[in-house]
Amino acid sequence: MSKWTEMKLSNEELAHYSRHLTIPEIGVEGQKKLKAGKVLAVGTGGLGAPMLQYLAAAGVGTIGIVDFDKVEASNLHRQILFGASDIGRPKVEVAKERLQEINPHITIETYETRLTSENALEIIKNYDVVADGTDNFPTRYLINDATVMLDKPNVHGSIFQFEGQISVFNYTGKNGDRGPNYRDLFPEPPPPGLVPDCAEAGVLGVLPGIIGSLQASEVIKILAGIGEPLAGKLFLFDALHFRTQSVTIKKNRDNPLTGENPSITELIDYEVFCGVGGNGRDEEDEVSEITVQEFKTLLDRGEDVQVIDVREPHEYDIAHIGGELIPLNTVSDNAGKIRRDAKVVVHCKAGTRSAKAIRQLQEAYGFDNLYNLQGGILAWSKEIDQEVPQY
Amino acid sequence: MATIHIPTPLRKFTNQNRILETGKTTLSGAIEHLVEEHPGIKKNLLDDNGHIRSYIKIYVGDEEVDPLENGTLEIGEETEISIVPAIAGGTNNEY
Repeated sequence: MSKWTEMKLSNEELAHYSRHLTIPEIGVEGQKKLKAGKVLAVGTGGLGAPMLQYLAAAGVGTIGIVDFDKVEASNLHRQILFGASDIGRPKVEVAKERLQEINPHITIETYETRLTSENALEIIKNYDVVADGTDNFPTRYLINDATVMLDKPNVHGSIFQFEGQISVFNYTGKNGDRGPNYRDLFPEPPPPGLVPDCAEAGVLGVLPGIIGSLQASEVIKILAGIGEPLAGKLFLFDALHFRTQSVTIKKNRDNPLTGENPSITELIDYEVFCGVGGNGRDEEDEVSEITVQEFKTLLDRGEDVQVIDVREPHEYDIAHIGGELIPLNTVSDNAGKIRRDAKVVVHCKAGTRSAKAIRQLQEAYGFDNLYNLQGGILAWSKEIDQEVPQY
Repeated sequence: MATIHIPTPLRKFTNQNRILETGKTTLSGAIEHLVEEHPGIKKNLLDDNGHIRSYIKIYVGDEEVDPLENGTLEIGEETEISIVPAIAGGTNNEY
């Protein structure tokens, strides 16, 4: 952190922050600490959108933003940094414009890239606090490990449908003790496919607004040096039933970073660690595929083909291409409905679940006539029939 | 009756039920009751050795417990048992 004592607040800044300056806990000193503070927000999605706006408005002097994505229509129900006219633009570019409009007195640094094991330490080392607003396990473990190695607090927020979780990991308290990190809480991520994945899940649009705002509050407290950060605790919020809970996080003596016998001393391949790269791709290779163009040709020729849709019923209601609905988790029970005397094209939203379904059917029942529709119903909508809604 | 709170990601295996009330008097009894009532949850909750999976925590009140170590922990009418899984985000790119 730059020295806060060297910070000066202009008349314009004093006016902007006047409602902060009158809070005894913040005052001029706290506001100067915020101005001297540097936070890196990883992800400008549902969590990042409110968090970044509040951090900018609050006067955090330097805000870094990492995101490789572009704005899509499906972002707009929760990512309130963006509007319909931003679709197709890089998120970091739009975010920077909005945040500078909210507060011209701060510096926004953008990284239009994916955070990786190769660049994480280099990017994170320049910041005082990292705010994790990502949407996948490999990046969460990467952020965790990098912040532990660089000794930075990690303000973590995550969401699923109506439920959110937040904690401040790796926080060094005033007594010098370092708090638990994400690996103390969850040593390993769920293997892909064991817990329902997020395309089946969705999220209440306002939920990341709540959790992201709580993250912003924690970042501000840490930078200003006030209050008690949510270290060593996990706050749980269930919006649907308005149930809140704050549970204790114990340190794990087997933590490979900070336990009794550390085994991770440098960043690793987090895709492999989380089981979403490497072996997964090999498995994909075992599944025969068909493109949407080839599939259309089959249909146009009037060939005998059975179409199986392994999505959930609520997805079928949004959009379908006439397949027989057999959700992934019921595929084995319904194997008898799947023909062996014709080509069978299996699809889902984008191709991952249908590949899983085919592997199950091939392994358990010996099917050899199943084809995975590449890119699923989204590719069909994009390349063949734009009347089919994207969701 | 003690209450077990089931998180959203696992409700797929509990017919979307978010709680299970149990008359069992120990933690391990309550977990067994949950698995008996909803067998599909077992492989998502426990590994082959009966350990809670590494991406799930179980809490009695606000304190973390391990059914193998704390199985005999007594639970009563007011006990709230929470199952807390790792969640990544709501907009995962995995389809």
